[in-house]
Amino acid sequence: MEQKAYHLIIIGGGPAGLSAAVAAYDAGERSILILERDTRLGGILNQCIHNGFGLHTFQEELTGPEYAQRFIDQVKDRNIDYKLDTMVLSISKGEGNAKQVVAVNEADGLMQLTADALVLAMGCRERSRGALNIPGFRPAGIFSAGTAQRLVNIEGYLPGRRVVILGSGDIGLIMARRMTLEGAKVLVCAELMPYSGGLKRNIVQCLDDFDIPLKLSHTVVRIEGKERVEAVVIAEVGPDRKPIKGTEERYECDTLLLSVGLLPENELTIGLEADMSRVTNGPLVNESLETSIPGVFAAGNVLHVHDLVDYVSEEAHLAGESAAAYIASLEAGNGPVPHAGVLITFSGGVRYTVPATADVSRIEKWLKIRYRVGDVMTNRVVSLYLNGNRVLTKKRRVMAPGEMEELVLLKKQVEEYPVVESMEIRIEEDKA
Amino acid sequence: MVDVVIIGAGVTGCAVARFLSAYKGSFVVMERNEDVCTGTSKANSAIIHAGFDAAHGSLMAKYNILGNRMYPALSKELDFAYKNNGSLVLALSDEDIPKLEALMENGIKNGVQGLEIVDKKRLKELEPSVGHVPVAALYAPTAGIVCPFGATIAFAENACANGVEFCFDTEVKGITPGTDDEGKPCWVIQTAEGAVRTRAVVNAAGVYSDILHNMVSSQKIQIIPRKGDYLLLDRRTGGYVKHTVFQVPGKYGKGVLVSPTVHGNTIIGPTAEDIDDKEGVDTTSEGFDDLMEKAGLAFDDLPLRDVITSFAGLRAHEARHDFILGEVADAPLFFDCAGIESPGLTAAPAIGEEIAREVAEKLGLPANEGFVATRKGFTDPKSMSQEELSALIARSPEYGRIVCRCEQVSEGEIREAIRRPIGARSLDGVKRRVRAGMGRCQAGFCSPRIMDILAEEWGVDVADITKSGGHSEVIVGFVKDRM
Repeated sequence: MEQKAYHLIIIGGGPAGLSAAVAAYDAGERSILILERDTRLGGILNQCIHNGFGLHTFQEELTGPEYAQRFIDQVKDRNIDYKLDTMVLSISKGEGNAKQVVAVNEADGLMQLTADALVLAMGCRERSRGALNIPGFRPAGIFSAGTAQRLVNIEGYLPGRRVVILGSGDIGLIMARRMTLEGAKVLVCAELMPYSGGLKRNIVQCLDDFDIPLKLSHTVVRIEGKERVEAVVIAEVGPDRKPIKGTEERYECDTLLLSVGLLPENELTIGLEADMSRVTNGPLVNESLETSIPGVFAAGNVLHVHDLVDYVSEEAHLAGESAAAYIASLEAGNGPVPHAGVLITFSGGVRYTVPATADVSRIEKWLKIRYRVGDVMTNRVVSLYLNGNRVLTKKRRVMAPGEMEELVLLKKQVEEYPVVESMEIRIEEDKA
Repeated sequence: MVDVVIIGAGVTGCAVARFLSAYKGSFVVMERNEDVCTGTSKANSAIIHAGFDAAHGSLMAKYNILGNRMYPALSKELDFAYKNNGSLVLALSDEDIPKLEALMENGIKNGVQGLEIVDKKRLKELEPSVGHVPVAALYAPTAGIVCPFGATIAFAENACANGVEFCFDTEVKGITPGTDDEGKPCWVIQTAEGAVRTRAVVNAAGVYSDILHNMVSSQKIQIIPRKGDYLLLDRRTGGYVKHTVFQVPGKYGKGVLVSPTVHGNTIIGPTAEDIDDKEGVDTTSEGFDDLMEKAGLAFDDLPLRDVITSFAGLRAHEARHDFILGEVADAPLFFDCAGIESPGLTAAPAIGEEIAREVAEKLGLPANEGFVATRKGFTDPKSMSQEELSALIARSPEYGRIVCRCEQVSEGEIREAIRRPIGARSLDGVKRRVRAGMGRCQAGFCSPRIMDILAEEWGVDVADITKSGGHSEVIVGFVKDRM
């Protein structure tokens, strides 16, 4: 069995893994291996052939594959090692600070790899029908939106001709437009919540522009058809999100697409016994994006689900740099740097923050805190308190669960707090 | 002209076929669907009952006990997943304790070994997850769990290896008395493909067994499909329960059970609803609510947010609530295996052995001297040591290429599932054999790849690949195909 040691192993060759690899290399690290389970680098971006990627990173509008290629080129320019078609079966703690990675592929067979540091960049998967308990038959023709996207854009297959979409996540919205452009008829997009889970621009460009109705506060109550989907019944839901009798509408169709949420894919992380968030389903990380296992970092959708890939790249850049710094500290004989973080607490509608803890003494220039809210809110003030003192405020006219928010704490703003005992984000009504 | 036609390739039909193949003769299994194990056998609790609750003196009790004792050895002989995990029937209040005592008494009469009523303290030791409500339990150490797909496929493959022919997509339209070439009586079976003459018929058609029976007999039977909804939880819940945990039986059968599966998932179910539609396997939100409520009586903290799929199965319930087995009085050489509802999966091998013996005796079939009683299961990389797995991948690299990431199933395993004598032809066929698509993403990532492999192996267009046979095609065409 092949046994090899690297300083840094990055699990996943999508946007997060690629960006982390480049950042670690540019920070001086040379012993890096990327493990990718698909047949090419780039991850799910390869099937996202629409444009709109890269506005923040490259100040231009790219397609998914174009965006990925920018990072793939950077990886190849730096001669960073990667293995494709390679599945990581398990990760575990080895002796001392070492981490063990068991992976498998056709060419190398079973591999036992060791690393000083890991960056977890496995991305996410789609919530399936089963996780929603949608009643009815189980015929062919029910796809998660991402699977349908792969079938159309990568395989060239048409999943259906008359389509109902449940959920207004971004992939579902993108697929409403994509299926329409392929000649399918998209009848309706039903959303359980009273607001959309996707970006505003996608509602406009993918539904409104094609006259596809969006029915908020609606859900699927029945799937008909024993072999292939024949009809889908949707109904309005009340404030308790339970269907209201008498509001059922039946749509004859051959396909139901589900865009009902993404779940970080953390089976490996759980196997490593890292502390996990019940809200994000990702690991809990500190300001360096380090999990509760020293030397194991996480970034991108495995950490929390993002709506823009630009933010994934930026986040993963930090994870790559942090991993390189961790390795450098080991190399210098200093061992892992002890961490003295505080828990970031929150109130007023924040669902979670990434990072979950922060050691402000470790801030180099700034600390970016990303968070999501649990409901649509208008006219709010978001504040950050250190030791009970407000150090930062930001006015937000509208916030929605579908759009990630951020606060940036500058190093100079924390300098007057040599000892930070508490850190809190509060959302308050803007009375001004 | 053949010796025996077995109608239905569920666990009972396949078990009959397997034991019949120990005799010399020509045997055909006819199945209306595209694969074995597509009806009641694929959607049930997957448990091997100890045998304490079937009424003493019934055929259910007799074959339950016999079947329960056969599984441990049979699972080794035919290489399918089985585990002796024991079961518990919970008393949810002190008033339920006499019911436990009655069950135990019935079980002892039936011949169940090792039954014991345990108090709350011992119950907690046996099953630490159990909630605050249950006060005592009936412990049955001989109960077990099995992979129902694995068992059915094992019976079928072993039967096939011993010469039994399987005809899929073959629905029986009619059965009439006829004569063979020598003028002796036989049965004529009508299918869409034409008529087949056979000396004997075994009716193992599950929820349709009444229709077949009533074609040949004046003593009519009626099978009422009794629907049960189930919830299946992620493998990460593995270990939440160790035993199969029942509640004291109510008027709708055994109530809701919570059990581990042999693959480490947790299963909750079934509900019980009598319906008219023999294909009515649609789930309902009322069913889900009912399951969660009843299961919640036994456990305080069931991990219900880890549900990965739900499904419904139909029990072939007959009004008298017993198996109908053996030669039909007014239809010589027509053998029923009807009304096979719970504990049918447990009883199947015992029924198979007995019916095969009866049929062979009536037809005067000699022993099949070339009979091979054992069968090697699918290559299972997960059960291998690292050295064994490395050697396998060096020999056959496709076992190193993981296609289904959730269940870590390799391309080699998927191709093997298709290439076997009774090979998978659909996504569900692959799933039942090697679990690709059975995991938490429910085939979201792997189905495009498995479709391609199926199309390649069978030499068909990918547009013809189905989810589960018939007209369940996965895709409707190709992009730009209408331009």
